[in-house]
Amino acid sequence: MGTSETQRRDGDGTEPRAAETRGGAGSAGGGPGPALRLLDLPLDGDLDEIVRGCRELVEDTDFPTVRRWREAGGKVLGHFQVYFPEELAHAAGMLPVKVRGGSVERREADSHFGSYICSVLRTSLELALTGRLVPDLFVTHPICDAARNLAGIWTRNLDVPAEILYFPQNPNSAFSAEYLTAEYARVLSDIEEVAGRRVGEDDLRASIEVFDENRRRLRELYAIKRETPWKLPVDQAYVLMAVGGLVSREEHNELLRAVLPRIRARDARPQDRMRVVFEGGFCEQPPLDLLGAIAEFCYVVDDDLLIGLRWILEDVPTDGDPLEALATAYLESSSYSPVQHDLRKPKEAMLLERIRASDADAAIVAAAKMCEPGLDEQVAYSDALEEEGIPFFLTEFEEQMRNFNHLQIQLETFVENHLLFGDVAGGSEGDGAGRPATAAAR
Amino acid sequence: MSTTTELVGRGARDGRRLFEGWFDDLTAAAEEGRPAAYTFVMGSLCEVLRSFDMPVVFPEIHSLQMAVRRVADEYLSEAEDRGFSPDVCGYVKADYALQLRGGEHPMGRIPKPSLAVLTNACNTYLKWGEIWERLYDTPVMTLDIPGTRRPVRIEGMGPGNGERDPDGQERDRRYVEGQIRELIGKCEEVTGRAFDVDRLREVMRLTNDMAESWRDLLALNRSRPAGFDAMLEGTIYLGVANVLRGTEEGAAYFRDLVEEMEHRTQAGVGALGGRTEERHRLLFVGVPCYPMFRRFYELFSEWGGVFVSSSYTWFASGGLDEPFAYDLDRPIESLAEGVLRSVRHATDSLMFQDRALIRAVDEFEADGVVYHPIKSCRTVSTGLAASRRAVLDARDVLCLYIESDMMDRRVVSEAQLKNRIDAFFEGLESRKRRSA
Repeated sequence: MGTSETQRRDGDGTEPRAAETRGGAGSAGGGPGPALRLLDLPLDGDLDEIVRGCRELVEDTDFPTVRRWREAGGKVLGHFQVYFPEELAHAAGMLPVKVRGGSVERREADSHFGSYICSVLRTSLELALTGRLVPDLFVTHPICDAARNLAGIWTRNLDVPAEILYFPQNPNSAFSAEYLTAEYARVLSDIEEVAGRRVGEDDLRASIEVFDENRRRLRELYAIKRETPWKLPVDQAYVLMAVGGLVSREEHNELLRAVLPRIRARDARPQDRMRVVFEGGFCEQPPLDLLGAIAEFCYVVDDDLLIGLRWILEDVPTDGDPLEALATAYLESSSYSPVQHDLRKPKEAMLLERIRASDADAAIVAAAKMCEPGLDEQVAYSDALEEEGIPFFLTEFEEQMRNFNHLQIQLETFVENHLLFGDVAGGSEGDGAGRPATAAAR
Repeated sequence: MSTTTELVGRGARDGRRLFEGWFDDLTAAAEEGRPAAYTFVMGSLCEVLRSFDMPVVFPEIHSLQMAVRRVADEYLSEAEDRGFSPDVCGYVKADYALQLRGGEHPMGRIPKPSLAVLTNACNTYLKWGEIWERLYDTPVMTLDIPGTRRPVRIEGMGPGNGERDPDGQERDRRYVEGQIRELIGKCEEVTGRAFDVDRLREVMRLTNDMAESWRDLLALNRSRPAGFDAMLEGTIYLGVANVLRGTEEGAAYFRDLVEEMEHRTQAGVGALGGRTEERHRLLFVGVPCYPMFRRFYELFSEWGGVFVSSSYTWFASGGLDEPFAYDLDRPIESLAEGVLRSVRHATDSLMFQDRALIRAVDEFEADGVVYHPIKSCRTVSTGLAASRRAVLDARDVLCLYIESDMMDRRVVSEAQLKNRIDAFFEGLESRKRRSA
C-alpha cells in the first residue's frame, strides 16, 4: 500500500503544530470544539424526556444544533447519504452533518429538478436554498444516478464548494484500497482548505477513536433492539441514533453512555409482536410516524436505517496510516446497501443473514418513492425471501408522507396472518409473483 | 447517377445494413452458443473485448430497439409482473424480460452473457449487471472510472470540469490501468485464449480512425443548412459507432459518412432535404423519445427545426468526440487514459453540461435548446432543469423542457408534447419576425 498524502506531508517536514494535532473536533483553529454543548438535554433526567428531546431535534428542519455550532464560529461539512468518513471533518475541527433531506414544504427546490426524482434530493436542496442547512463544504457521492448530480446542482445555485467523493464500485479490485486511500487524502486536502488548518495523523487517530466508540455504542443500541426489543421501539432507537448526525460525536457518545444502561433497565415486558427486519432506509428516511406505526405491531430487531452511521462494523485500527485504515475498513469490514456493488456481498444474501442474525420472523422491504436502487433491490429481496419461505411486506414511502392509515391496516393484516395463521410468502392468495396478497402493499 | 444521388442518404442506408448485420451476428452467436460479452456505451472497453473476438452485446441498444419497434410495452409489462417498479429504468426491465424469453428480440436473438463489463458511469449499469449475476451467475467486471470531483463555476458558464490536480489524474489513470489488466485476465479465463497485445493495438487503431471521422462529422454540422439531424440520424450513427467500434467496417462507414456530409455541405443539401427549409437550429439535450421516435422528430422538423447538435452524441459515443487518440506504442497505458478521459467526458456531459452547451450555442449558431428529461434515466435527467436555468442566464436562446420517456409509452403523450413544442416554435418564429 502506498504512503498517503498525510504521511508524505508529515515526512516533508511540515508537521502540523502540536496544538493542531490533538483534541479532535474544533480543538484548534478557532472552532468551538467538543466542549460546546449542542444538545440541550438533561442526561440525568427522565429517559422518555431525553428521547422526546432527541426526536424534536431530529425533526427540527431549522437544525438548531448546527446553528449553535456555527454561531460559535464552527465550520460545517454537510455530506449527503449514505456513508462519509466523518473522521476527516472531525479531525479538522469541522462538524460533520448528515444531509438527509427533511419534512419541509418544497418552494424553491422543485424548479431545479424534473418530475421523476426522489424527495430527499429535493428537500436537501430546499434546506440549503432557504438557508436552513448551508454547510461550508458539501460532499455528495455517486450512490445513485440522481444523487451524483447534486454537486453540479449545488454549484450552480449556492456559493458553497460542492464535490463528489467517488467510492469504489469495484471493491473487488486489488487496487481499490490504494485508490480510496488517495481519494480520502484528496478530500482531506479540500477539508483543510475550508477549515483553514492542517490535519495530522494524530488528529485523525484521535477522531477515529471517538468514532470507534460511537460505533460501539450504536452496536450496543442495536443489540438491545435484537435481544430485548420491547425495551426499545424502532422510532425511539432511531432518534437516539439519528441525533448523532447533528451533534459532535463526543456529545453523542455522552448521550449514548447515559441512556443505554437505563434502556436496558427499563421495566418493559415482551408482547406478542412479530420480530421484523426493516430494509430500505439507507438513504431517504421514512417519517418517524411511519416507524411508530410499524412499532405498534412489530418489534424491529434490525434495520438499515441511516446505515452510514454504522457502515463500519469493527473498530478501525489506529496504529498505521489512518487514511489507509479508514479506506480498508470501508471495503473490508463494512455493512451492505443497494448502492454499493460488491461481488462478495450479494444484497439478498446479506439481508437473509441480517434476518437470521437477528432472529427475525419476517422482513419489511421498503423503498423510497423514485429511489431506483431501492426499487431494483426490492425484486431481488422478494425473490430471495420467497425462496426461503420468509414472510415479507413490500411497501414504498416518502419522507413527506403524513397519512399511514392504509399502511397500518395492511401491516396489521400481514402481522395477524402470520401470528394467527402462520401464513408465509407463497400463500394461496398471490399477486401473480407468488406473494401473499398482504405482502404487496405498493 | 449524380454524386448527390449516390451520396445523399448513403449513411442512413449503410447504417441500417450494418446495424442489421450486427443483430444477425448476435443471433448466430446465440444459436451456436458462443460466449458473448455484455457491455455499455459509456466505457464499453470494446477494444479489449474485440481483441478476444468476443461478440459484443450492448443491452442499451437492443432495449431501445424494442421501443423503436413498438414492442417494448410487452417486455416492460412482463418485468413489472415479476416485481419491477414502473419507476425504474425501462432499458433494464426490457432486457430482463428479454432474458426470461431466451433472448427473443424483434431483430433476432440475443446471446446470453458469458461476461459483463460495467463502469460506474451509470449506477443503473451496476444494478443491471447484478441481474445477470443472479440469472446466470455471469462473471461481472466493474470498472471504477472516477469522474470530475469538484465542479467549478465560472460566472455565466455554469459548472464544469474543475480538476486542479494533475497528479490526481495520473493516479486515476493508474487505477483504471490496473483494472483493465484485471479485465484482460478475466477475458483470458472466460474465452480460454491468451491475450494478444498486437490484436489490441489493431483494434485501437481502428477506434482512432473512427474517432477522427466522428469528430469531423459533428463539426461539419455547423454548416448552414446542417447536413444531418443530430437527434434522428445522430442516433443511427451512434448505434453504428458503438456496435462497430474498433472494426474495419465501422471505421470505413464513418469515413464514408464524412464524405457524404462534406458533399452535402458543399451542395447545400440540408438535413430536411428538399422538403422543408431549415428555419430553426436547435440543440438536443437528453435521450430521444423512442416509443414515437419518428413522430417525435417530425414534431420539430415540420416547423423547420433541425437538431444541429445533441448531447447524446457526446455522452453516448464512448468518448469519440473527445480530442484524443490512443498511443499504440503503449496500448494498455493509453487505453486507460482514453477510457478515463472518455467516461469523464461522458459524465461531465451529463452532470456539468452547461459550459459545453453554451459553447455549442455559439459554435452551431443555435436558436434554441430542447431539454428532454425522461422517467427512465436519472443519469441523464436529474440536472437538466438546473442546467436550463444556467444556459438561459448565459445566452439569449429559447429553451424547451419536455418530459417523457425512452421506453414507456404510458408516460408519453403526443398531444401534450405537440402543444409544448408548437408553443416553443411560435416563440422562435415570433422572435425571428421581430429581429428581421
